[in-house]
Parts: sequence; structure tokens; C-alpha cells
Amino acid sequence: MTSILAPSANLKGRKRKAAIFGWICLASVLLAGALLVVLLVSLFKDGLGRIDLKFLTSFPSSMAEKAGIKAGLMGTLWVIGLTALIAVPVGIAAAIFLEEFSRRKNRLTEFIQINIANLAGVPSIVYGLLGLAIFVRTFGMGRSVLAGALTMALLILPMIIIVSQEALRAVPSSYREGSVALGATTWQTIRRQVLPAALPGILTGVILSVSRAIGETAPLIMIGAVTYLNFTPTGLGDTFTVLPIQIFNWSSRPDKAFATNAAAAIVVLMAVLIVINSVAMVIRYRTQRQR
Amino acid sequence: MRTLGAFLAAALMAAVVGCGKGEDAKANAETGEPKKTLSSTEIKIDGSSTVYPILERMSELFNEKFPEARPTVGTSGTGGGFKKFVNGEIDIANASRPIEEEEADKAKANGIEFVEIPIAFDGLSVVINPKNTFAETLTVAELKKIWEPGSTVKNWSDVRPGFPAKPIQLFGAGTDSGTFDYFTKAINGKEKACRPDYQASEDDNTLVQGVAGDEYALGFFGYAYFEKNTDKLKAVKVDPGTGPVGPAPETIANGTYTPLSRPLLLYVNKKALDRPEVMEFLKFILTEGKNSIGDVGYVPLPEEVYSLVMARLEAKKTGTLFQGAEVGVGIDDILKRESGN
Repeated sequence: MTSILAPSANLKGRKRKAAIFGWICLASVLLAGALLVVLLVSLFKDGLGRIDLKFLTSFPSSMAEKAGIKAGLMGTLWVIGLTALIAVPVGIAAAIFLEEFSRRKNRLTEFIQINIANLAGVPSIVYGLLGLAIFVRTFGMGRSVLAGALTMALLILPMIIIVSQEALRAVPSSYREGSVALGATTWQTIRRQVLPAALPGILTGVILSVSRAIGETAPLIMIGAVTYLNFTPTGLGDTFTVLPIQIFNWSSRPDKAFATNAAAAIVVLMAVLIVINSVAMVIRYRTQRQR
Repeated sequence: MRTLGAFLAAALMAAVVGCGKGEDAKANAETGEPKKTLSSTEIKIDGSSTVYPILERMSELFNEKFPEARPTVGTSGTGGGFKKFVNGEIDIANASRPIEEEEADKAKANGIEFVEIPIAFDGLSVVINPKNTFAETLTVAELKKIWEPGSTVKNWSDVRPGFPAKPIQLFGAGTDSGTFDYFTKAINGKEKACRPDYQASEDDNTLVQGVAGDEYALGFFGYAYFEKNTDKLKAVKVDPGTGPVGPAPETIANGTYTPLSRPLLLYVNKKALDRPEVMEFLKFILTEGKNSIGDVGYVPLPEEVYSLVMARLEAKKTGTLFQGAEVGVGIDDILKRESGN
């Protein structure tokens, strides 16, 4: 008798443990979600009423009600667009090299691998110093959109490379073997089989890293992005500012009317982030459906 | 969907509100001065975030007059601004403390001469919680006792017998700021010499919140932050030995609020002064622009000081008068001493 009852009692206990664990996980999700909701509600309450066409098309001003985010918005679009254009192809190419062309690990690839993993954890201000020394001074780019975008590209490259590597590694080797068995070259195999299969994972990495870059302030202030200007960039060599710099400046002003501007600018920044990421999300959704 | 809604709402509002540009154009026409146009080459300004609101205001007003001019103002801090300035990367450095010897030496080594232009006063305000009724005046010696390196002050009762035996909570500017440099020099006698165990923040609003939320707190920051928060804070009257004086526009301007009144300065690359847009911008600040300095929470200098400064600017007189100057010395004294030579 006991030999039959005992396991079932044990099973009950295990099921209860599983249920408790489930509840803890749910609580974590709810906590994170609730914090986000509180943040969003307070932002929208403070900032939404401040957003109008004039806010979007005005330059910075010393009077809170006249100040706008035209310069920051355009600067963010320039810098983030350019950052993605630079970092995404280079990052994916690096991941392909490390995963597909150097499968047998040697000292060099291991060295590169360790460095990339470490770089992903370096504080962003250090990239600002690097950008200032290399792009702004050595290459003589000055405090330009290009210098800013290159600095940001360096900042997000490690993350793109690591996530892309994971995505490539997750593609079953039978895909590669099948393709090669049918006579395809390595390049054809990568382009037609491996890369499409890994694309959803890679795009997740792109979304995460662009989301990080769009909120960065410190490295751009370091390389010389300004806070007041009365024009928008028209080329790669122009001076610029970005939304997070405006937000940071406004939130630290003595006059509290600027805090409302900061909330409004954050709402706009989030909208820009969603628009940019939605491009990646649409591509990811399509490729996932095709499979 | 929520964001889409926000944009629709924004578009609707914009249609209702309309644009205010017509007024600006009218204001320009009224000045009736002959129309000059300036080069659109950038006037590169960077430095103290304390001085930033003044430069932002000046740039904005300057742009109303000369829309084609392009002043750009960064906020990388007094030290950060000087680093760029001595490398010749910017035209104007704004600073909440005088240039240091080391920085001036670097400028010299790089062949950069500069003209020093004081533009306004700030009164570093020592603040307490409104509920604090015992520490409404403090002497400079007491402040030093609190803030000096190795200070043993833990409770208010350590500052002056009779104060409550409650732990004192300290809030102050971060160590990278010119505000910190000036405060430590004025109170502790040496720049950057300060006890390390206080709540430091580069964001003065954080300090305001800290002092406003703690009955036994003590903090310091620029006058502008006190002025906008008089409902939450109380300024300590500081006694340098000649009687307690609190920070106010009059006491800061006439030098009686000492030693915590400090000049805010611009440093201009002499070569940049050959560019008409830079010279015009600085002259604008010293003539029309200075009338708006009060609007952003700072105290303008006395009229005669502005004319002395203007003369220095027009003569492109290089070098620093404020470096190493004793704190609390009247700005007009310093300038007159110079003009007397």
C-alpha cells in the first residue's frame, strides 16, 4: 500500500512546488509590468498635454513654454539611423565570420571572442572617451553626426555580434549539411539557408541594441554633442544634439516648467523608438511566418 | 496604438494653437537698427552646466536678432569645457570658476591666448530644511568644521553647543563641478578639499529633493535652485565674521554675501575674436543680453563692471585676473586694479 501511496503524495508536493514557482514568476512579471505602467502613466499625465506641433518644430529655448525638440528629434534620427547602418552589417558579418568561417577555434578567434564579451560590459562613458580620442581628434571629424554615430556603433557592436552568434549557433547543422550535400558553396549555404533561419534572432539583437543606443547621453556629451543649437544636421559633418541630452538638461533645470518638457520629450523618444524598432519587428514577423 | 493617438492629438492641438513666429519678426523690426548679416560659421561654446542657462538665453536672443548666426552650446562641465578650449576645439568656454593654472599652462603650450569675460554672479546657497529653526545662521568657521576633510562632525550638536544631537545629513555638488571647486575653496581654503562622506549629485534637483525631505539636512548649490524652491528650502545666513548675510540678488551683487558669491566667466579664444560673429555675440551679451541674466536666476554684474569688461574685450586684452584671486574680493576691485595699471 505504502509503496503506491508514497509516490502520489510526493507528486502532490512536487506539483505544489511547481505551482509556487509559477506564482513567483507571475509576480515578477506583474511587478515589472506594474512599474512600467506607473512610469508610463505618470509620463503621459505630465507630458502628453505638452506635445503639439510647435513643441516638435521648435528649437531649444530658455523659456520652457517656447522650447521644443526639433533639434533633438532630428539629431536622434540622424545618429540612430546612421548607427544602425554602420553597426548592423558589421556586427552580422563579424558574427558570421566567428560562427561559420572559423568553426575550429584557434587562439585568434578565442582572443576576439573574449574581447567582444568583455566589451559588452564596458560602461558607455568609456566609449565616449574612445570616440573623442579616435574619431573626434585623431580622424579630425570634430563633434559631428558621423563621429557620434561611429561611437554609438562601437557601443552596440558587441551586443549585436553576441546575439547574432547565438542565433547562428541555434540553426541546426543539418541545414548546412543538407545544403552542402546538394553542392552549394559555403557562401551559398550561409546566404540562402543559415542567415534566413537566424534572421529573427539577429533582429532581436538589433532591436535590443538600437533601444540601448537611442537612450544614451553620456558618450555623446563626451564627444561634444551640444545642448543648444538653432539648426538641424544637413550632413555627416554637422554639429548635433539628441533627445536624451535635451531630456537630461531639462530635468536638471531649476525651473520646474522644464520638467513637463522633459516628460513630453520622453514620450516622443519612446514613440521614435517604437517606430524604429517596428521596422525590425515587421521583418522578424515576416521571416518567422515564411518558415 | 497609444502613441498613434498621441500624435493625432498633437496634430489637432497644433492646428488650434498655431504658430507664434509673426511676433518675433515684429520685435526685430522695432529695434530699427541697420540690418547686419553675420557668418553662419558655428560659434562653438561648451562648459559649465551652471552657466548654460545664461548662454542658452543669450544665444536665443542673439538668434532673434541674427537668425543666420549659429551659436552652439554644450554642457560638458567647467573642466570638460576647458579641456576642449585649451585644445582649440571650441571658441568660448563657460566656467563657474576661474581657469586653473594647469589649464592656462596647457593653453599657452598650445598657443592659445584668451580673453576673460565675467558675465554674472552666482551666490552659492547653503540651505536647510524649512523645519530647521536652529541653524538659520552659520559662521564660515562652522561651515568649515562641517565640510573640511577629516571632519568629525556627525551630529548638529558637534557644530555648535546647543544644537540638537541629531545626525546631520549633507548634500552637495559632485566633485566634477565648478560649484564644488568654488565652495571648497571658499569654505575649506583649498580647491577640492572636502570630506568625502556626503550625498553628492551633479543634478542639483536631486540635492533640492534631499534637503527638502530631511529635517536635519544641510546642502549647497547655485542660487537659481534655491530661488525656484523657496517653498521647500531655507537659505542659511552665512557669517564671515562681519555679521550674517543671506543670499539675495542685492547681497550677491554688492559683495556683502561673502565668501560664497562667485563670478561666472567666459573664456574666449583670442583668434576667434577676429571673426565678426564671435565679437558681435560677446558685445551683444555685454550690452543688450545682460538685461536678461536675471530672468534665468542669476545676478547681473554692476553696470560699470560691464563697461570695464567691454573695454577689455574691445582691446582684446588677454590673460586672467581671476585665477588665484582671493575669494570674496569684489569683482569691480579686481577689474579696477587691472585698469589702474
